Amino acid sequence: MTNPSNAQPGGATSFARIQAGMAKRRAAERRFKMLGRLAVSVGLLFLSVLLFSIVSKGYTAFWQTQMRIDVTLLADEIDPEGTRNAETLRKADYSSLIKQSMRDMFPEVSGRRDKFALYGLVSNGAAFDLRDKVMADPSLIGTKVSLWVPADDDVDMLMKGHIDRDAAEGDRRIKDNTLGWIDRLKAEDRLELRFNIDFFTKGDSRDPELAGIRGALMGTIFTLIVTLSLSFPLGVAAAVYLEEFAPKNRWTDLIEVNINNLAAVPSIVFGLLGLAVFINVFGLPRSAPLLGGLVLTLMTLPTIIIASRAALKSVPPSIRDAALGIGASPMQATLYHVIPLALPGMLTGTIIGMAQALGETAPLLMIGMVAFIADVPQGVFDPSTALPVQIYLWADSPERAYVERTSAAIMVLLAFLALMNLVAVLLRKRFERRW
Amino acid sequence: MKKAALALAVLSAVATAPVLAQSSRDYISIVGSSTVYPFATVVAEQFGKATKFKTPKIESTGSGGGIKLFCAGVGVQHPDITNASRAIKKSELEQCATNGVKDVVEVKIGYDGLSVAESKAGKDMKLTRRDLFLALAKQVPNPNGTQTLVDNPYKTWKDVNAALPAIKIEVLGPPPTSGTRDAFVELVMDEGCDTFDFIKAMKKADKKAYKATCQTIREDGGYVEAGENDNLIVQKLEANPTALGIFGFSFLDQNRDKVRGLSIEGVQPEFETISNGSYPVSRPLFFYVKKAHVAVIPGMKEYLGEFISKKAMGEEGYLAERGLIPLPKDEYATVSKRVTALDVMK
Repeated sequence: MTNPSNAQPGGATSFARIQAGMAKRRAAERRFKMLGRLAVSVGLLFLSVLLFSIVSKGYTAFWQTQMRIDVTLLADEIDPEGTRNAETLRKADYSSLIKQSMRDMFPEVSGRRDKFALYGLVSNGAAFDLRDKVMADPSLIGTKVSLWVPADDDVDMLMKGHIDRDAAEGDRRIKDNTLGWIDRLKAEDRLELRFNIDFFTKGDSRDPELAGIRGALMGTIFTLIVTLSLSFPLGVAAAVYLEEFAPKNRWTDLIEVNINNLAAVPSIVFGLLGLAVFINVFGLPRSAPLLGGLVLTLMTLPTIIIASRAALKSVPPSIRDAALGIGASPMQATLYHVIPLALPGMLTGTIIGMAQALGETAPLLMIGMVAFIADVPQGVFDPSTALPVQIYLWADSPERAYVERTSAAIMVLLAFLALMNLVAVLLRKRFERRW
Repeated sequence: MKKAALALAVLSAVATAPVLAQSSRDYISIVGSSTVYPFATVVAEQFGKATKFKTPKIESTGSGGGIKLFCAGVGVQHPDITNASRAIKKSELEQCATNGVKDVVEVKIGYDGLSVAESKAGKDMKLTRRDLFLALAKQVPNPNGTQTLVDNPYKTWKDVNAALPAIKIEVLGPPPTSGTRDAFVELVMDEGCDTFDFIKAMKKADKKAYKATCQTIREDGGYVEAGENDNLIVQKLEANPTALGIFGFSFLDQNRDKVRGLSIEGVQPEFETISNGSYPVSRPLFFYVKKAHVAVIPGMKEYLGEFISKKAMGEEGYLAERGLIPLPKDEYATVSKRVTALDVMK
């Protein structure tokens, strides 16, 4: 074909025609490649814009303004009878001690309104920090302790530059006199941005400076554990039966169509199903990760079944034939030869399903997991929320400090997702087999 | 196989259900309005930290959805308290009673102002409820003075009221599912409507037509539904100095460096003006307690006590700090007495 002299009659002209069209075809080829590159780079551009906006807004949330206060732990105030009884220590009024310490630092402040503003520099959580410290070590009573406590979210926002101090006084949440106090505290090294451990160790709070992601993270982990331990075995078993054992007839066709449809059903429908079946019929507790896990299992099952079936299909028939040929039973052939080879694909499908489950809020809304839950859940029966729900709730809160926390929570969610994908990639690498 | 898988899932749930079905609950379960949510959560957190009880769980379901859940019955699987940004309706109370929820205690916690705000770069318009009605209703009285209704012809605020600047009418507000929207319609649109005598007369003659006229908001772009997220509206206002936004007072209070509240009938939305009632667009907030649960769920009495305490609901309480407009003194006294005695609604 490439030699024009040997060409059949008319070959020379068709060669010339091909030659003439070559430039055009090459150009089309280049255009096609360019289009592909363009598509990829547009995708990358959007991704980087997204990541940049999240990270640039959220990284500050990993630091928190802390204030050093010196508190005199008056025995008369905390435990006047000297019993050191835990209940007495719990009930003592620690916030008045903190107020006293603030007054000591700024003795010139007078007037009700100014004093209120002064007390407002410290977070509401400070009194509870102090209480926990005293309860852990009652021998501190009577001494003067110096401790770092979270500053109020407004102070935090000012320190991070989210409040414009040059704006007119009436337009700022921090007034001029407060600004003066903050500057003085800063000059005395009493205000400092420190790594925000609380963000990772505490549950939700309505004080942004005390709000942490742990409650939502644990809720998500519990929910996903329930989902994974139900949907993976069920999904794989269903896929193996349908692909390897089930007869091909009208019923299995019907089931297949149904599974494919189910994979495309909006997730809120599964939430409604969960509400109707699990709560109203079986009386499972609302808002529990167990319930969330059950609902998300229903949602992820079709995804896992479809992916697992595709993985089983891609195992060459020669493997099955060989196993059967040397006398393995169909079950043995499937269990020892086909499934191990299909496992990487099944795992990929499972991770995709779990990643979907990780990002869901709609079905959780119906079963009461969109809620304010301050205590970190300890098990699958405790009320809890999930990471995407926490993001939604924070994004909807009026206090400005929640803006950075929202972005920080998104980062935690993305990190969690990346971790899950990494595990999937590693598992796949380990089990993968090429022909 | 899908059915088999489902059956398996259900079966495993059935097998474990008797163990899991709630027989008792050691935390308070609260549902209801998203407007009350930011206040109730603060009380819940304070309560959870200061006492040995668990922190109550608060779901934000909206007022109507909350009451529905609340009225579903008595028992640990049903919520103990529902928050509401409006008073419970008679029909809802009847529904409650048929489901066995006979004794309900009403607690009025304070007021919430609705603010109409604009970017700091805006023109600082002085609005009245009549202006807002004319600018936002789908049908308005014919500008030629005859007593007929025409589709809203107004494009700029100057068309509505010659004293206002010639800025395009563009108002960002909540969608119809929102309680804030209900309140806006009731407090602004209805009132603006009533400034026209012939429409007011309709109220008696044809209530349906009156409602349709006063409460239908234009859909030709003058009113933009901006979603439930008030923070988003604040951001959009910042980007667009000629637009107005409608949201709760606490969002205005938190974002005073970015947006400005507009005066309505000459009164600025301020803490003081809302609490003394001179700012016209404010609504009461409530929560409702199932009396039958008070003795059963641990911490109920203490939670109620924390909520109505002076340091929470009082004039300088921590709820006021969050933007809740406290009750006037005498009203506070009545509410506090009623809650302590657990007086049920008749």
